[in-house]
Amino acid sequence: MARVVVRVPAQAKRGEVIEIRTLAAHPMETGFRRTQLGELIPRDIVRSLVCTYNGVEVFRAELHPAIAANPLIVFTTVATESGTLELHWSGDNGYAATHSAQISVV
Amino acid sequence: MRGLLLAALCALLWGSAASEEGRKSGYLFMSPQTQAMQDDEATGPAALWLLEGEALFDRGCARCHTAAGMKGVAARYPALHKGALLNLEQRINACRVEQQKAPALAYESRELLALASFIGRQSRGLPIAVAPVEPHLEAGRATFHRRQGQLNLSCAQCHDQRWGRKLAGSTIPQGHPTGYPLYRLEWQAVGSLQRRLRNCLTGMRAESYPFGARELVELELYLMMRASGMPLETPAVRP
Amino acid sequence: MISRRHFLLVLGGFAAAAQAQLDPGRQAQRKAAMEAAVRAVTGGAPVREGKVKLELPPLIDNGNAVPLVVTVESPMSAADHVRAIHVFTERNPQPNVVSAFLGPRAGRARIETRARIADTQTVTAIAQLSDGSFWSDSMHVVVTLSACLEEGLI
Repeated sequence: MARVVVRVPAQAKRGEVIEIRTLAAHPMETGFRRTQLGELIPRDIVRSLVCTYNGVEVFRAELHPAIAANPLIVFTTVATESGTLELHWSGDNGYAATHSAQISVV
Repeated sequence: MRGLLLAALCALLWGSAASEEGRKSGYLFMSPQTQAMQDDEATGPAALWLLEGEALFDRGCARCHTAAGMKGVAARYPALHKGALLNLEQRINACRVEQQKAPALAYESRELLALASFIGRQSRGLPIAVAPVEPHLEAGRATFHRRQGQLNLSCAQCHDQRWGRKLAGSTIPQGHPTGYPLYRLEWQAVGSLQRRLRNCLTGMRAESYPFGARELVELELYLMMRASGMPLETPAVRP
Repeated sequence: MISRRHFLLVLGGFAAAAQAQLDPGRQAQRKAAMEAAVRAVTGGAPVREGKVKLELPPLIDNGNAVPLVVTVESPMSAADHVRAIHVFTERNPQPNVVSAFLGPRAGRARIETRARIADTQTVTAIAQLSDGSFWSDSMHVVVTLSACLEEGLI
C-alpha cells in the first residue's frame, strides 16, 4: 500500500504561506470496536505527525482515535528558504513513516 | 429537446429513475463537505487505493497496456468476454489468468480494488456506455424489480419510486453506480459495487448473493444500463 | 404482502436506532471526561468564545469521516501567534480529537482533518495564544446513520 501522500508546492516566494496536505495509510483502529464474538480490538493508531523544515520543527500534531482512518492532516508554513520539508509519522506498534519534499524558495 | 426525448425514452425502456427532473448521481445527495472529499483526488480518502492501483498496473498490466489505453474501458463494463458476462473486476482477473499466467485476485482484496480504481479512474468524466447484452440485461432488470427478503421490498420501490425521500435520516438516492469502486465512509475503505449491493440485500433482510454471482453481475449490467450516459465518477466517495 | 403498518413500524425501528442516544449515566461520564481533558490543556484558565472558527458539516452524512477545519484569527507574528489548537467532543468514547502545535512559522492558524463523530453532539475547538489566553468555538452537529449496512442494524 502506498504509505503516505504529501502535497507540497515545489516552488514558493519567500514569505509566502504554503499549504501542506498529508495523508497516511493507516486504519486508525480506535480500541473501542469489538469482534463478532465480543472481544475488544486493541487500539492501533497514528499518534503523531511532525514536520521539520531544514531540520527545524515547524508543525506537530497529536492524533487520537477520533481521527478518521487514513488520517488527513493539512497545515501551513511560511516558505522561508529553499530546502527540505520532512514529515514523520509515528504511532502504536512501532508504526513509522517518513516523507521528504524539496522546496525551492525564490 | 433532444435530451428530454432521450430521458423520456430511457424512462420508458428501462423504467428507470428518469423523471421530468432527470437522473441524479448519488453525488448530488451528499453534503458539500462530502462532495469536496470526492473532488479532492490528491488527498481524498480513495487516493491511497489509486496510488497502489497505479503501482500494480505499472508492475503487471503495463507489459501490454498503457494507462491512456484504459480510457473508456470501465464505462463499458459489465461486458461479454468469451461468451460470459464479466464485470470489470472479473475482466481484470481474466486478463491476469489468461495473459499474465498469474493467479486471480480475491474479490474485495486490496489489490483488486486498487487496480479497478485505477483503471476506472481512466474513464472518469466519460459517459457510462454498456451494451445491452441479453438475456443478462433482462435478468438484471427482473432482479431490480423483484420483491425480496423479509421486508418484501424491491430495489425499484426505493430507488425508482421513493428516491429523494428519507430512510432513517438518510436521503434515498436513485442508486446509479456512477463511481465504483468507491470509498464508502461507512466501510472506511474502498469497495466494489457488489459489496454495496450485498449491503442493500442485507438491509432488505434478503439473502445476499455471493461475490461474483451471476445474479449480481446481471444486476450490475442493468444498473449501468439504467445509468447510461451519466458521467463516471470513479473513484467516488459516498456515505 | 407486507402491511403498511408493519412497514412503518420497522422503519420506525431504523429511525430510533439511527438517533440512538447514550444513557444519561454514560452521557454525564463522557461530559466529565471532556471537562477533564479541557482542564488538562488550560490548567483551569478561563476560555473565552471568539477568534476561533470551527467548521463542520451541520448534518453529517456519516460519522466515520467528517471534514473538520479550525481557523484562528491571528497575525502569527513572533509577538502574537497561536501556540496550539485542540479539538474536543462531548460524546465520543474519548474526548480528544486532535492537538496541533503551531507557532509564528505557521504563517496562518488553520488546520484541516477528517474526524470521527460518534453521535449528535457539540464539538469544541480551543486555541491557546502566545499570551497564554484561551479562545474557543463550538458547533452542534447532527449525525445520521447510513442505511443498508453490512451486518444490518441489529
